[in-house]
Amino acid sequence: MHSGVLKLTDYLEFDGVTKRFGSLTAVDRVTFGVKKGEFFSLLGPSGCGKTTLLRMVAGFEQPDEGRILLNGVDITRMPPNKRHVNTVFQNYALFPHLTIFENIAFGLRLARLSKEEVAERVHEMLELIQLTGQAHKKPTQISGGQKQRVAIARALVLKPQILLLDEPLAALDLKLRQHMQIELDTIHDKVGITFLYVTHDQGEAMSLSDRIAVMNRGRVEQLDPPARLYEAPRSSFVAAFIGDTNFLEGTVTQLIDSEYCRIEVEDFGSVVCYNDKHIKLGAKVYLSIRPEKMHLTHDKPVNLHDGKVNVFPVTVDQLVYQGAYTRFWVWNGKSKDDCWELSVLQVHSRYLLDQQPILWDQKVWLSWHADDGFMLENYDAKDENLLSYPVTEEGEATSAGADEHPAEADHDNGTV
Amino acid sequence: MTTAPSEYIRPGQKLPFLRRVRHHFHEILLTSPSLVWMFVFFILPTIIVFLLTFRPTTITGGIGEGWTLKTWSTISNPNYPAIVWRTIWLSFVATFLCIAISLPCAFALARTSNRWRSILVGLVILPFWTSFLIRVFAWRILLHPEGWVSKVLHQTYSIFGWQFSFLEPETQLLYNVFAVLLVMVYTYLPFAILPLYAAAEKFDFNLIEAGLDLGAKPLHVFLHIFIPGIRAGIFSAVMMVLIPSLGSYVIPDMVGGPNSEMIGSKIYQRAVPDRNLPHASALSALLMLGVLLPPGIGWLIYRKRHIGAVDTDVVAALDAPQKAQNFGNSGGRRRNGVRA
Repeated sequence: MHSGVLKLTDYLEFDGVTKRFGSLTAVDRVTFGVKKGEFFSLLGPSGCGKTTLLRMVAGFEQPDEGRILLNGVDITRMPPNKRHVNTVFQNYALFPHLTIFENIAFGLRLARLSKEEVAERVHEMLELIQLTGQAHKKPTQISGGQKQRVAIARALVLKPQILLLDEPLAALDLKLRQHMQIELDTIHDKVGITFLYVTHDQGEAMSLSDRIAVMNRGRVEQLDPPARLYEAPRSSFVAAFIGDTNFLEGTVTQLIDSEYCRIEVEDFGSVVCYNDKHIKLGAKVYLSIRPEKMHLTHDKPVNLHDGKVNVFPVTVDQLVYQGAYTRFWVWNGKSKDDCWELSVLQVHSRYLLDQQPILWDQKVWLSWHADDGFMLENYDAKDENLLSYPVTEEGEATSAGADEHPAEADHDNGTV
Repeated sequence: MTTAPSEYIRPGQKLPFLRRVRHHFHEILLTSPSLVWMFVFFILPTIIVFLLTFRPTTITGGIGEGWTLKTWSTISNPNYPAIVWRTIWLSFVATFLCIAISLPCAFALARTSNRWRSILVGLVILPFWTSFLIRVFAWRILLHPEGWVSKVLHQTYSIFGWQFSFLEPETQLLYNVFAVLLVMVYTYLPFAILPLYAAAEKFDFNLIEAGLDLGAKPLHVFLHIFIPGIRAGIFSAVMMVLIPSLGSYVIPDMVGGPNSEMIGSKIYQRAVPDRNLPHASALSALLMLGVLLPPGIGWLIYRKRHIGAVDTDVVAALDAPQKAQNFGNSGGRRRNGVRA
């Protein structure tokens, strides 16, 4: 199971880490590295194994197979109190019988630091989290955002080799969450400690992280910087989980040159696509195209960029005005019941002044550049359930393979 | 009958008595049956017991006419201080042992899986299905010189020759203070486990992980995080064990000897064989004062400590304006612009 191909530059290394809970494999042969000082996120739906992986770094769970190395030291079997790793818990886990000061000082006092040094370092932290005036209060007497900041301070004050954050913002309301995101980023910049951040919120992960490992069913689906994850998803899961996308299924019928190929999509038409995967002629492929990369126009677009723009006549099925943009669902195919349905985002600058807004049931032109479509390495039909297609009359998502995601035990709350 | 008006009363606002009654009319109506019950069967008998201590006795064992302080003067019998002292230390040691045994039990119970938990809690309650008297009598059989505990101990002694006096064949296991203590701990253990388990079940075990995460050893976490975390449960467990311990008389009567009498057995002797009700009443009045004093003091301390705690919601509300200022989401700081 051990891959043995670890880079020496990695600060935290997972080497073939596997964890099973009964018949469920929560973490399945995970191998990757986190660099020193990095803001690294584990992103995935609940039950994907991200929290289990984090808990193994903290020492609360032991992997069944594989090793975890921190700064070159094997910490796989080390008890949590011996590791220079600290955790910010989802529900803060502040000690209710201690004051804010005592909470932050807890670890320092255990390390047998002198009274003066404890006070100095706690006050340093209180300043960092801007809670100097609240030091004497009990955790029940401060607000959720403040508790979160105390939890971060309590973990950071020990200067851990890695700070683990387990969905630290999940319990906060939206506005506070957005504010805390900025604060987390600022704190990370100030202290320069490696952050390992677990979240199911893709927006949070995208905005904070240097790199993200997208996890699904115990495995890392893709590990890349946020922009690459969004712009070049490698699997249908990543494409659908991060943002929204459209999937097209077709066969490669022509290799135009070394960079582009032509894909025949049944009942849709012939699509030109950037061929970064060097796929052979006749191969069955899946295409992912982001809704905002496509354009809807009344008139057929003329500038075709040397034939690199795909243009198709479509019919508007539904549209939802959402302020900054309008989301359209358009279809193209034999009939409305047997067709390809696509989701398109159109940012509009002056909606009310538009003389000819695109409306329901209109025949319009859909276009996108060949570079904006991405061929997927892995495709799984049930990933389409992650997409926000409109609900049909039967109350089912219109995407193919509407069966539920496999009911995985939600071991993300860490009780298993 | 008028209905209660639903007027709004500010917190801390003091209303005239009649308006207060009108405001809480439905609550008073609902609580009155239990209040009446408590008065008739608890407060009234307590008052009667106190009053009886000032009555003389008759030769036939009844209550005489008039009032007297004679009973209270006989209470200062030099035997009583020793018995009272023994009652107190035995009860406190039994309580301490019960809590010490129950704390790890409660911790383990709260951490086991749901299925095992209900079985184990059931096992804790199981002894209650048998008569208390029979269970104490069972201990008499077990600890009897011909019983199996002493046989096993004597066997151990003869095999290993350990130099412990309590293992020697001639040691009497029954009719001493240790037998009383053992049976008291046995009897009152469930009363300690159950409230501690109830508290431990509500305990946030993430705090244990947080403690370990911050570098504490498991024992340190248990002593400094778990125990303070369930202190309310410890308080009620102490009460649940200490109060019946102080009043116990069956246990010292059945497994104790003349050197392990407790105040409860004295009360029983005065009330039933001696038929001296004023004397028995005076002793129970003494005991009651002893029982009510510790929780009274405890309550005062608890109240003093918890007055001045600020309501969390109020704090959150006070924070709100400051929060609103901080949300500079629009001014070019927006980060999560990639959400679809």
